[in-house]
Amino acid sequence: MSTLSDPQQGSFRLSMLLNDSRYRSMTLQVIAALLLALALFYLYSNLAANLRAAGLNISFAFLGAPAGYDINQTLIDYNSQSTNLRAAVVGILNTLLVAFLACVTATVFGVFAGVLRLSNNWLVRKLMSFYVEIFRNIPVLIWIIIIFTIMTATMPGARAYLGEDPEKDLLLGMFAFTNRGVFIPAPIWNEGSMVVVAVFLASIAGVFAFRSYARKVLFDTGRLLPTGWPSVALLIVPTVLAFFVLGQPIGLDMPDPLGNRFNLTGGTQIGAPLIALWFALSIYTGAFIAENVRAGIQAVARGQTEAASALGLRPGRVMSLVVLPQALRVIIPPLISQYLNITKNSSLAIAVGYADITATLGGITLSTTGRAIECVLLLMGFYLIISLTISTGMNIYNNRMKLKER
Amino acid sequence: MSDTHSHSAAFVRTKEIPQQPAPSNAAGPVKWARDNLFATWPNALLTVASLYVIFLILTGTLPWIWNGVWNTTSLSECREVLQGTSAACFSVLTERWNQLIFGFTYPSEYYWRPTLAFVFMIVALAPVLFFDLPRKLLILTGLFPFVAYWLIWGGTILTPVAALGGFVVAYFIYARFVAQNFALGFFGGAAAALVFWWLSGFAVAALAPQTPLLTAIPSRDLGGFMLNMMLGITCVSLSIPLGIALALGRQSSMPLIKWVCVIFIEFVRGVPLITLLFVASVMLAYFFPPEATVDLFLRVVIMITMFSAAYIAEVIRGGLAALPKGQYEAADSLGLDYPQAMRLIILPQALKISIPGIVNIAVGLFKDTTLVSVISMFDMVGMIRGPILASTDWNGVYWELLGFAALLFFVVCYGISQYSQWLERRLATDHR
Repeated sequence: MSTLSDPQQGSFRLSMLLNDSRYRSMTLQVIAALLLALALFYLYSNLAANLRAAGLNISFAFLGAPAGYDINQTLIDYNSQSTNLRAAVVGILNTLLVAFLACVTATVFGVFAGVLRLSNNWLVRKLMSFYVEIFRNIPVLIWIIIIFTIMTATMPGARAYLGEDPEKDLLLGMFAFTNRGVFIPAPIWNEGSMVVVAVFLASIAGVFAFRSYARKVLFDTGRLLPTGWPSVALLIVPTVLAFFVLGQPIGLDMPDPLGNRFNLTGGTQIGAPLIALWFALSIYTGAFIAENVRAGIQAVARGQTEAASALGLRPGRVMSLVVLPQALRVIIPPLISQYLNITKNSSLAIAVGYADITATLGGITLSTTGRAIECVLLLMGFYLIISLTISTGMNIYNNRMKLKER
Repeated sequence: MSDTHSHSAAFVRTKEIPQQPAPSNAAGPVKWARDNLFATWPNALLTVASLYVIFLILTGTLPWIWNGVWNTTSLSECREVLQGTSAACFSVLTERWNQLIFGFTYPSEYYWRPTLAFVFMIVALAPVLFFDLPRKLLILTGLFPFVAYWLIWGGTILTPVAALGGFVVAYFIYARFVAQNFALGFFGGAAAALVFWWLSGFAVAALAPQTPLLTAIPSRDLGGFMLNMMLGITCVSLSIPLGIALALGRQSSMPLIKWVCVIFIEFVRGVPLITLLFVASVMLAYFFPPEATVDLFLRVVIMITMFSAAYIAEVIRGGLAALPKGQYEAADSLGLDYPQAMRLIILPQALKISIPGIVNIAVGLFKDTTLVSVISMFDMVGMIRGPILASTDWNGVYWELLGFAALLFFVVCYGISQYSQWLERRLATDHR
């Protein structure tokens, strides 16, 4: 009686490849695979022909050859005789450095502006939306150039700080703002300084341990242990004790106006390109983060705040115990993709001459060795690894934080 | 209506008092200021601090702008006019205006051509942006790319006409066959267009006059803000169809197609635009046939289009995922096949949801077109950092130039985002 009947077995006709839904997707995929292979082969044969015509080959041997150029800001030892690979590593570390610094400050700016955009104060609200709109709608490259120009064109030369009776004094006797960058004190690691650092790390671990112990006590017995001042004490006291017991092993190397007649000596110089890039990425991305933060806080239903107040929580606790944990769930995923954007935008370093991976491997190494394909591939590989790592982390976090529903 | 009360009570008001205005501290600007500026002590402090910041910014910039000099020919002359007072030398903008807008190698006698194309662009964009305008205007939009190409690059008019002809042929084939089968119509149209272009290539080569009506201008002569706008508009409009295709491919049930799309999207989104521009400038030429010369502008367009298509694909994927599953099932139960369901049911709704996201990508992309200055194309930023600041006349005029560039980008990007908010309200068909 059934009007449906199984398709007859064994009677395969060629037209079924297109008309039968069991085979059609297979057919289409085979066609797509053929087209793809054809396209790839076409590109590859062009590449091979072009390389043959230019007398080139693909080889990564240049990485071992001396780079032959200097880099002004390095985190590890480097000179012009080091290999191209080492130059690339210097670039990678510089990229990570500026990305890390910019992520921290962009978060600070963003949270600050985002919270203030929800302020009761009309003027503050308007000022913050002005900040957000101005910085979001102007290309980050222009911001980088503007801040770099502020650094190089309006700051005094190092000469202004030199001599017995300088035109300008060091700020707090420690910081000098010059057109080549900012001079800050450098730590000197004497013998025993590692012990102090170890004590400090241990006390951070101690703070976390104490907090989880306090939480356990609270959940088990209902007794609320104070966590505020013990944490601070735990963080500071052992380190300070160790510092003085070991005879002050960590010193500061101050910028010295008298050491040399031409430039400041001593201390660490943070180059103007790094500062321009760092600051520009921070304020630019901060504007985006401000919007994410605002959206996150507004996403928490009003009833939540009212319910918390009805339970008798004070406004600070309403924020920290009820609103923020729920808002963070909304804020963090876009926040992490902003971090990813910072990392990718840090490649604009090349515009102001900061030696990140794009400027070393993709800039100078590429032009001195002429290994365009290899350099660009390595460059893309590096950024891909960073992006995939961060987005994997984000997925794990999202899955852990996802609202557990039925 | 008894009058006993008026006798028993000492006083009864018989007339209504006219309504009094609220006390001055409970209404009007005073109340507003108390509520919004001085509600609490910390709030008042914030207000005062903000006022101080605004005061500092205004006193720092307003006199500088107000006293600006607009009509000198070099920085030294401008400094003479200013006589040591601190004010802007806006004369760099007036003197180098054409360079900022058109670049420094575009022939000055042909500036009217891109200007005309710009006017035409406004006319062509109007029916796309505002639905209330008559739909017939869309014909102008369709003609715009070909006319703009002819105006800006010049050369024989036969090239854009042949290109347009290919599309017309493709459209007729598509319209003829789409009722039977979408795939037949689509691929038939594409094949017909390719054949038409291949044939008309010979025709154009044979018929093209020696001296075309508009002198041909090579792409490397394009520059200035015009280059930013051209890159922005070309790449956004090319990447929307590509992005739709990628988004649909990523949702496909065919593993091969799905994984090709996923790899493409994740790869492009994982690398910075600069590396893709490096590919365009130093690497892409290796992948073309040895005899072909593909100019840098086209290579950059290819890479930026790929870049923004990947981002647009993710936005549209969000739109597709946001549609209730019932819409897909309803389309299936009506007996629509995949292309019909997508064209008639799914995409119109999904694209509507995706509009704000797409506009965000478009704004971001327009800002990112400034990156081409890194691979030594002279867009607006490239012009400022290169020829203008390096010239002896204007060496050292930073703020006027950078401020102008920032202002121009701000106006365009802010305008687009305001439009997108208006569009979002306009398209909202749900009842709230």
